[in-house]
Amino acid sequence: MSSDVSDVAVTVEGLGKRYLIGRQRDPYGRLTESLWGAMRAPIDRIRRKPRETSEWFWALNDVSFELHQGDVVGVIGRNGAGKSTLLKVLSRITEPSAGTATLRGRVGSLLEVGTGFHPELTGRENILLSGAVLGMRRGEVNRKFDEIVDFAGIGPFLDTPVKRYSSGMQVRLGFAVAAHLEPEILFIDEVLAVGDAEFQKKCLGKMSELGEGGRTILFVSHSMPAVLRLCRRAVLLDHGRAVSAGPTHDVVRAYLESDLGRTSERRWDDPSQAPGDDLAWLKSIRVAPVGGGSGEEIDIREPIDVEVEYWTGVLGTARPSANLAFYNDEGVCLFISNDWEGRSAHDASGGPSVVRSTCRIPGNFLAEGRVIVTVAVSTFNPPVAHAIERDAVAFQIVDRSEGDGVRGDTVNEWPGVVRPLLEWRTETRPRA
Amino acid sequence: MGLGLSELWQFRDLAYFLVWRDLKVRYKQTAFGALWAIIQPLMLMVVFTLFLGRMSGIAPAGIPYPLFAFVGLVPWTLFSQSLIGSSDSLVRSANLIQKVYFPRLLLPASAIGSYLLDFVLAMGVLFLLMLWFGFLPSLTVLWLVPLTGLALLTSLAVGVWLSAVNVRYRDVRFAVPFLVQLWLFASPVAYSAQIVPTEWLWLYQLNPMAGVIEGFRWALLGQGAPPPVGAIVVSTVVTVVVLVLGLEYFRRVEQTFADVI
Repeated sequence: MSSDVSDVAVTVEGLGKRYLIGRQRDPYGRLTESLWGAMRAPIDRIRRKPRETSEWFWALNDVSFELHQGDVVGVIGRNGAGKSTLLKVLSRITEPSAGTATLRGRVGSLLEVGTGFHPELTGRENILLSGAVLGMRRGEVNRKFDEIVDFAGIGPFLDTPVKRYSSGMQVRLGFAVAAHLEPEILFIDEVLAVGDAEFQKKCLGKMSELGEGGRTILFVSHSMPAVLRLCRRAVLLDHGRAVSAGPTHDVVRAYLESDLGRTSERRWDDPSQAPGDDLAWLKSIRVAPVGGGSGEEIDIREPIDVEVEYWTGVLGTARPSANLAFYNDEGVCLFISNDWEGRSAHDASGGPSVVRSTCRIPGNFLAEGRVIVTVAVSTFNPPVAHAIERDAVAFQIVDRSEGDGVRGDTVNEWPGVVRPLLEWRTETRPRA
Repeated sequence: MGLGLSELWQFRDLAYFLVWRDLKVRYKQTAFGALWAIIQPLMLMVVFTLFLGRMSGIAPAGIPYPLFAFVGLVPWTLFSQSLIGSSDSLVRSANLIQKVYFPRLLLPASAIGSYLLDFVLAMGVLFLLMLWFGFLPSLTVLWLVPLTGLALLTSLAVGVWLSAVNVRYRDVRFAVPFLVQLWLFASPVAYSAQIVPTEWLWLYQLNPMAGVIEGFRWALLGQGAPPPVGAIVVSTVVTVVVLVLGLEYFRRVEQTFADVI
């Protein structure tokens, strides 16, 4: 990094953002609740009841870095590491709780595709509206109008309400508007997680074009290939802290090799440190092939057991349920699964207990590659997630099949987020 | 006071498009379309006429009651719709607030702006109605400009407060229709302010809409006394104070809108 101050575009110093969590709060705060709180506050103060600091959760904690003009920097990390919070704070959507961020230049932020779209308006109208929402001047939108329509490829549907568009078309139009912003600093969040492969390629192309044009770009993504391709430098976030920063290859390697990226077993021996609340908290989660052996690397043909253990408090009639969500390393959710509907036999007592739920994933089902598992324990009616650990464990699926797997004898690349072995019936009849 | 007015000016194109969006969207997929802007005050006029029109003393003699009521209903509709629209404006645009930065004040302000077109349409109908009943506007019609401004200012002053509180307490959503109803009874829409007992008039005139509506009647129909300038000045001052305090409150809480909404 050069130390030339004049070309610094973004300075982030000790940035932090905290949220109030803990007790499941009614998202629609009620006036009475707050009046009651206001009446109680002085009494609490007299009793010298300490404010519960554990209710504050630092989504972003003491993050510092500098971006120079023309830098294209990737931000990686597990789900919930603070990546999106960082972008929200930087793009002024929410105020930091600590530290400062100084931006020099016109800022554009792209936290979703199609920001400001109104479903009732036509494509033409939405281009104008979304352009204005993203910070373009009226003349600027008009000047680039044809280019945007071209890029999105929605020509014939320009005067159709956007609610009649396919989701793919909406995404294309949304990105097209955003791609024609001309900010000096651009924040982008995961836009590439949507759209078809061809359009994703187009987006990546447009983004590297912007980067080469001297824009300063901060790019949050789950997709290691995209980060590797676009960014020369990267920042790794973990639990709200920047734990690694430097050349992209080093940071990505650090991420994949760290405990955060790869461990097939986690246990929380100290209940006070375990994710959860008074009603349910996690004890352990473990991934293992049914045939025995390492959980880190699993043969694609092998069925897999994912075993979750958790403690419960006094639940009354509520029945807890373990939930698992499986992601690939591009952040795509492969599937989710849970054990409610009485598939587990732990509902006999409402008293404190240890629950073990095991989910079996059949062999020849997951695709080759890394699989990352998020685990949660919830009750229903109303749905409450008591414990959640994002990206708790991960494992690698390898395809060593020899003619007995899904792809038979081929050794070519085999696309798809799952690779199930399905039953086929083929009939051949003589032509009439 | 740093109310960020220069920043609002920077975002004027967005303000324009937000008003434009509200106008485009409001009557989409309705059979009557923009006619609703006229139907609503007209229907109320009919209801008032049927139920109150024959009550004696409620309106001055010499003016047909339907016309009397409609002149009051036109500014009232502008005010009440803007108030409802602006108090809901932030919550309605929750998605925008969470995804992009702009001065949040644009939302309640533009919600009010979008009702001006409805108002202009209703004014057209009002002039036709006046011709029908044989009333010709005089030069006093120029008074409508500051009076309309005061109606907008009042709805903005209250709307800024309500929209910001609504972000955290959705109770506002239930309170607003009630508030508007009460305010309707406290304003001389269906009746003349002359039936208000003199000893209570000072309190009554603190309501800016009382001055606005009485002013409309005087300016258009030549009915009643000229607007009590003193009372209008007082209620304008009250409105401005409420507005400035509201803007201060708004500035203070807008930083957390994205977290709370």
